[in-house]
Amino acid sequence: MAKAKTSKTGLLLRLYVAGSAPNSLSAIANTKAICEEHFSAGHEIEIVDLLESPFKALADGVVVTPTLLRLRPLPVRKVIGNLSDAKQVLLALAGK
Amino acid sequence: MALFRGKRSSPATVAEGVTSMKSQSPHASVTKIRTGIRGFDEVTDGGLPRSRTTLVMGGPGCGKTVFALQMLVNAAVRDKEASLFVAFEENTQQIISNAATFGWDIPSLVSKKLFFLDAQLSPDAVRAGEFDLVGMLAVLQAKAEQLHAKRVVFDGIDVLLTLLNDPAAERRELYRIRDWLTQTGLTGIITQKVGGAEEDHRYSFLQFMVDCVVILQHQVVDGSAFRSLRIKKYRGSGFSGDEFPITLTKDGLQLTNRGPTELRYDVTDERISTGLPRLDNMLRGGYHRGSNVLISGAPGTAKSTLCGLFAAAACQRGERTLYVSFDEGAAQIVRNLRSVDIRLAPHQKSGLLKIYSTRTRGPNVEDQFGALRALVAAHRPRCLVIDPLSALSAKVAHLASADAAQQFLDYLKAEGITVVNTSLMDGLNTDEATATGISTIADTWIHVSYVVQDGERNRALTIVKSRGTGHSNQVRELTLSGEGVNITDVFVAQGKVLMGVARWEWEQGERAAKKRAQVATDLKRLQLQLAQAEAAARLQVVQTEMEARSAEIAELALATGSASKLLVTDRAVLRKMRHADEEVRVAKSANGKGRAARNGVTGVH
Repeated sequence: MAKAKTSKTGLLLRLYVAGSAPNSLSAIANTKAICEEHFSAGHEIEIVDLLESPFKALADGVVVTPTLLRLRPLPVRKVIGNLSDAKQVLLALAGK
Repeated sequence: MALFRGKRSSPATVAEGVTSMKSQSPHASVTKIRTGIRGFDEVTDGGLPRSRTTLVMGGPGCGKTVFALQMLVNAAVRDKEASLFVAFEENTQQIISNAATFGWDIPSLVSKKLFFLDAQLSPDAVRAGEFDLVGMLAVLQAKAEQLHAKRVVFDGIDVLLTLLNDPAAERRELYRIRDWLTQTGLTGIITQKVGGAEEDHRYSFLQFMVDCVVILQHQVVDGSAFRSLRIKKYRGSGFSGDEFPITLTKDGLQLTNRGPTELRYDVTDERISTGLPRLDNMLRGGYHRGSNVLISGAPGTAKSTLCGLFAAAACQRGERTLYVSFDEGAAQIVRNLRSVDIRLAPHQKSGLLKIYSTRTRGPNVEDQFGALRALVAAHRPRCLVIDPLSALSAKVAHLASADAAQQFLDYLKAEGITVVNTSLMDGLNTDEATATGISTIADTWIHVSYVVQDGERNRALTIVKSRGTGHSNQVRELTLSGEGVNITDVFVAQGKVLMGVARWEWEQGERAAKKRAQVATDLKRLQLQLAQAEAAARLQVVQTEMEARSAEIAELALATGSASKLLVTDRAVLRKMRHADEEVRVAKSANGKGRAARNGVTGVH
């Protein structure tokens, strides 16, 4: 499920999805595309299916799907939606 | 799980339900789940539809969150049932601290009976494309299964709708929530803040989607807040569509009016003392237990004193009593009543008597009756004094609260509490009394008025009415002194009621007049006796005279008798001497005289 290019300092993302809901599927595709394009040097994406591990989402304060968390670098950033707006996603992931 | 959703009820069955609230629900498939909110379960004949969705809508500050949360707290505390609360608008901490003002100990319920999902989307979260609630519902479902939750609240759905910001998405997600509720069999409550007309129109499909719509309103009339609740829709159940006033008490939200209920009270023939023996007599034994007594009168006519007497008598019998005053503080009441030998302090100390003093705050009587209800529920009195009730009812400024006093008194009656309330009024102004409906609901109405006469002001007490009992129709004087309160007869002289010194004077005068009359009577009797004696004496004289006359007559007769005898003898001798001729002539002349007399009589004829 998780696709990773191991790096201790690179970008660490966690994407919460809900099964195969349309928004979730497009979010997965969009995340991957953005990472390939802009963070090819090093990034790590953990994809969590909320339907399977709801309590993990709860712990992360995730209520709507899809939600993308930038866990590293700090601070934690939260992007909600199917990530179709690549410009917004990029701003959030690259910003400090 | 997945409950079968029945057909939408036809308008006819709904209408039928409206008219016969108490009848069985036309749809057997609708079962109800109690909210535990006072009045609401009565109005809806059992609460909200079980395993269905209810929409609670209203402007800000109407009590939507309170309504929803109160239902969950009641479920947790009374039914030991767990619930979920999804907060879109406020964060969980805010909600919990707000709830503390109602005395709800949410933190103690949080782990087992109440789960809060903070669904506020943090302001620093970036929106990048469409999202949905599939994940959230998955979380909720997991939590519901874990806690065996029966109810779920989505608080502030409007916030979510604004975030979605797309009519198609809004609709999709709301239907997702509803379908999810149907699948899980949870009873759902969605609260929605109502904005402008445009927004209302946009979200009107929400009302079509759900099974029950409750509208909360908050309006300001004459500077005072009035909250009300109205049920706009209730699929498969009858309901009362009226606007019900609601109050926020320290125990939460409650409906002041519990709906159109039949007047069904247990009645008793038991009498309880008014605290004044002569007043008991006037009422043929005292107030009826559980009845409602109105004491009306101008300021200072001893209304509060009569209340105090009643309260003291109730405590003397060992009955819990609540004394609500809108006039004076508790200490002042106790001191004032002590001046007329009514002692309340010992009862206060023993806990039988509770005196609650407050000021009327603005024209919103709903809240105040709500507070009184809470007091009654807390102290559980058998006897209640409200002095004066008119402090509340006089400030009626809103239609919904026009009958608030009546509803409160109805409630007390249903509880079997004997109530003595006072009403400030000058004279028997029936308009004023009926405006508040107090006089019609009062079973006994005592009016105390001033009678100003000869530079004095005295208190006159009358019983205007007393249901189910004969009562004195006389005006009595109420006197207060250090020895206590008393009722005295009044005098009516020359069509005027006499009281106070006038009565005393009249009494004195009456006494003197009585004495004079007595003397006069004695004199008359003596005079008559004298006359009688005189008459008797005269009678004696006459009798004696008669006797004397009789004697004289007898003597005369005797004398005459011997004389005539002599005469006869002498005549015989003479006849003999004069021969018979003489005798004949004498006879003839006697006959001639008789004939002439007869002819005279004939002549007359």
